[in-house]
Amino acid sequence: MADLRSDFVGIKSPNPFWLASAPPTDKEYNVVRAFEAGWGGVVWKTLGLDPHIVNVNGPRYGAVWGADRRLLGLNNIELITDRPLQTNLDEIKAVKRAWPDRAVVVSLMVPCEEVCWTEILKQVEDTGADGVELNFGCPHGMSERGMGSAVGQVPEYIEMVTRWCKQNTRMPVIVKLTPNITDIRYPARAAKKGGADAVSLINTVSSITSVNLDLMAPEPTIDGKGSHGGYCGPAVKPIALNMVAEIARDAEMAGLPISGIGGVTTWRDAAEFMALGAGNVQVCTAAMTYGFRIVTEMIDGLSRWMDGKGYARTSDFTGLATPNVTDWQYLNLNYVAKARIDQDLCIKCGRCHIVCEDTSHQAITATKDGARHFEVIDAECVACNLCVNVCPVEGCITMEQMPAGTVDPRTGRTVPAEYGNWTQHPNNPSSVAAE
Amino acid sequence: MTHGFEGADVKAGRLTSEQVAANFADLHPPLTRHEAAVAADRCYFCYDAPCMTACPTGIDIAMFIRQIAADNPSGAAKTIFDQNILGGMCARVCPTETLCEEACVREAAEGKPVEIGRLQRFATDHLMADGVHPYQPGVSTGRKIAVVGAGPAGLACAHRLALKGHAVTLFDAKPKPGGLNEYGIAAYKTPGGFAEAEVDFVLGIGNITLETGKALGRDISIDGLKWDYDAVFLGIGLGGVNALCVPGEDLSGVEDAVEFIAELRSAEDPSALAIGRRVVVIGGGMTAIDAAVQSKLLGAEDVTIVYRRGQESMNASLFEQDLAQTKGVAIKHWAKPVRVVCEGERRGVEFEYTRSGSGGLEGTGETFFVAADVVLKAIGQTLETPEGPATERGRIVVDAELRTSLDGVWAGGDCVAAGDDLTVTAVAQGRDAAESIHRALTA
Ligand SMILES: Cc1cc2nc3c(=O)[nH]c(=O)nc-3n(C[C@H](O)[C@H](O)[C@H](O)COP(=O)(O)OP(=O)(O)OC[C@H]3O[C@@H](n4cnc5c(N)ncnc54)[C@H](O)[C@@H]3O)c2cc1C
Ligand SMILES: Cc1cc2nc3c(=O)[nH]c(=O)nc-3n(C[C@H](O)[C@H](O)[C@H](O)COP(=O)(O)O)c2cc1C
Ligand code: SF4
Repeated sequence: MADLRSDFVGIKSPNPFWLASAPPTDKEYNVVRAFEAGWGGVVWKTLGLDPHIVNVNGPRYGAVWGADRRLLGLNNIELITDRPLQTNLDEIKAVKRAWPDRAVVVSLMVPCEEVCWTEILKQVEDTGADGVELNFGCPHGMSERGMGSAVGQVPEYIEMVTRWCKQNTRMPVIVKLTPNITDIRYPARAAKKGGADAVSLINTVSSITSVNLDLMAPEPTIDGKGSHGGYCGPAVKPIALNMVAEIARDAEMAGLPISGIGGVTTWRDAAEFMALGAGNVQVCTAAMTYGFRIVTEMIDGLSRWMDGKGYARTSDFTGLATPNVTDWQYLNLNYVAKARIDQDLCIKCGRCHIVCEDTSHQAITATKDGARHFEVIDAECVACNLCVNVCPVEGCITMEQMPAGTVDPRTGRTVPAEYGNWTQHPNNPSSVAAE
Repeated sequence: MTHGFEGADVKAGRLTSEQVAANFADLHPPLTRHEAAVAADRCYFCYDAPCMTACPTGIDIAMFIRQIAADNPSGAAKTIFDQNILGGMCARVCPTETLCEEACVREAAEGKPVEIGRLQRFATDHLMADGVHPYQPGVSTGRKIAVVGAGPAGLACAHRLALKGHAVTLFDAKPKPGGLNEYGIAAYKTPGGFAEAEVDFVLGIGNITLETGKALGRDISIDGLKWDYDAVFLGIGLGGVNALCVPGEDLSGVEDAVEFIAELRSAEDPSALAIGRRVVVIGGGMTAIDAAVQSKLLGAEDVTIVYRRGQESMNASLFEQDLAQTKGVAIKHWAKPVRVVCEGERRGVEFEYTRSGSGGLEGTGETFFVAADVVLKAIGQTLETPEGPATERGRIVVDAELRTSLDGVWAGGDCVAAGDDLTVTAVAQGRDAAESIHRALTA
């Protein structure tokens, strides 16, 4: 059996599955239920200064659904905790005492004044919590008051606040980043410069999920008005994966631990984040969609997959995919593939044909000898993969690499055996000719 | 009201009216909005979709399903009605398992096609519930056209002609329009007076004058119609019934299945219909199945269908055969009636086993007897030939444009040789004949 125990910046947990700072971690009651269900750790719902903030009394969430109302994306306009600070601190202390083997990290968001941070850090330390996470991420509400993503969008502020925290606590400091910026590496580098032990990402993406066409107002609508919210769940996973990879492969941030967040729903999502360099993962929407029991599947799925692959510990595969994320300019332009349609699996829906015909390269037939028949025309196929993506039958259309030495009927050129990228390409005005 | 053999056990009220009402409830209940969304989502929006090719009326199925998926059921219904104004009935009665749903690529992929029929019903029900007819009659052409027969073929023809701006008179011999939709289709496929509501819907376009109780050959003639109108369409179905041609056929226990069904369809309270304890149905088509199943649903104890060939030759689809069997109907293949008997307590039909021999179907000489209180014959209907148009094997001959041998006279539906005895085909032919008439009159 694979060993799922996790050590993230010195914080130990029985597995790498933490609940992200959000409603699932808002109270002792929820967190105890989460630990009973098997979660490795929690990042407590973000604490702020008293008097505690208030939330709207109308709907907080909007959603995007797929088939059969499967929740694909969730959007929220909830603020940080709306309970008194002392209540939260007392509960954190009680939980940590009762569950010493689980990770309890406390998320914080206070105004950009050093004294605010020093004071709250002391109070958190007294609870016996394992670490803090600085919430520089929430894109709604708190950002209007100069906190959350308003800090996370200014690298200098990130660095400054991180430094204050590091100077005022012995606890590990994790900096939670907002995706609502153009290049995630700048805030991440700032966190590192400020001395952060780790970064966690992503927080939610600024969003309007839909517009109510009767009310002519965004959803969720409160008394006729709506406000942008933060988007999360399966829909944001691709954004989060990319941001994790960008940080993981950045030379300046080599070795900076990452806690991966954003759309983690199954063990596979978690494995993907970790393969790209995340030391652990945090989950919010999946728990808010299905309840805490999903962690059972996550633990079982990850450990079976690790057993199958021969990975004894999570660190055995963490970051293994990172070196394979590269810049476009280094992709091998001498790699030539063609789509292949397995005629035995083909159900003749014709989707590959029509998308290639209407929107791509006219490389798939519709008929052969007068009968409905879908086949790739190698002389036209550029191997774009669109047909593979739209085919409803898994494995029916595949991309087959052309062996070196064969002639690509589209270009008439022989497929070279050696690697060749854009930097070396004759069409590139600044190319460096290959030796 | 079946009579049965003399002295046979035939009576009403075998089941309570509640039981009968439950038995005759919707065979395929309507989809809810959520169910429809889920079902619609399964459609792949195929290129040159095979389902559409398989539909005799050529409905753009992929498009209407996409409209349902996009929460636009009225738009979906319009897509359906553009091709098939009786899309509501077809959604209920089409043997989709041998038409669109058989062709659906998901049938090939996983044996579970997109539920096209039920989705079609969802969309058409939605629009029809609005009570607003979605079409306007075309700008008047000043032409008058006579349509004889207000069954699916005649209704589709009349509607398309009105759409093109022609003034239509729709004649039917019966007191109520609808044809077999009203009098033939199994009650559990179209409960709740749907057939009647649909006729109202179709006529809602305007410019169609309905004249019921007017029979061709009795009250009107082809020559007279040709004189008074610019064109004539015949959609008169098949009024007659094939004979068994065996001794005993004239006994009181032998009745016509279509007649039996028509009575059932017209009954206020079906539980008041007299029904035999033991019913034998002779035939292998939709009528045989429907007569057998409905007998069973009315409380008959033993119902047996006897068909002279094998299961694969039955005109009723596999789904229909399964339905009959799950309702408790026994189906016996490879036997033909040789004699109907009513001698003392011995009432029923003597059958001879058959096999396919070199010269076609032949008897094996071995016989058996099936006791019955009522025998329903469902061995096909025949044209009650109107004077005039050329016929072939009992049906009116038409060309590809649905023109008969008579100038200015078109025909479609069950009464023509080109049909396949399906509602949807009758609709397609009525519509296409209207297009042809329009081309001829405006050329
Ligand atoms: C018992 C039974 C069950 C069936 N079940 C199904 C099913 O489930 N699904 C399916 O697709 N098909 C089914 N069919 C077949 C389907 O009903 C027919 O194919 C379809 O109704 C044919 O339409 P039509 O307009 O040609 O004829 P009809 O529906 O027969 O309509 C003909 C009309 O013409 C009128 N008429 C006849 N003679 C004259 C005259 N001389 N003068 C004036 N008017 C006249 C009649 O009164 C009638 O209204 C079934 C048929 C039967 C008998
Ligand atoms: C209702 C709701 C409230 C949230 N509140 C907080 C919060 O107080 N502090 C915080 O750092 N992140 C907050 N988040 C963001 C989540 O912690 C997480 O970063 C984000 O939802 C992405 O992960 P997911 O796709 O697993 O949900 C909240 C998310 C939701 C849905
Ligand atoms: S064949 Fe099936 S999947 Fe394809 S368009 Fe028709 S209903 Fe949809």
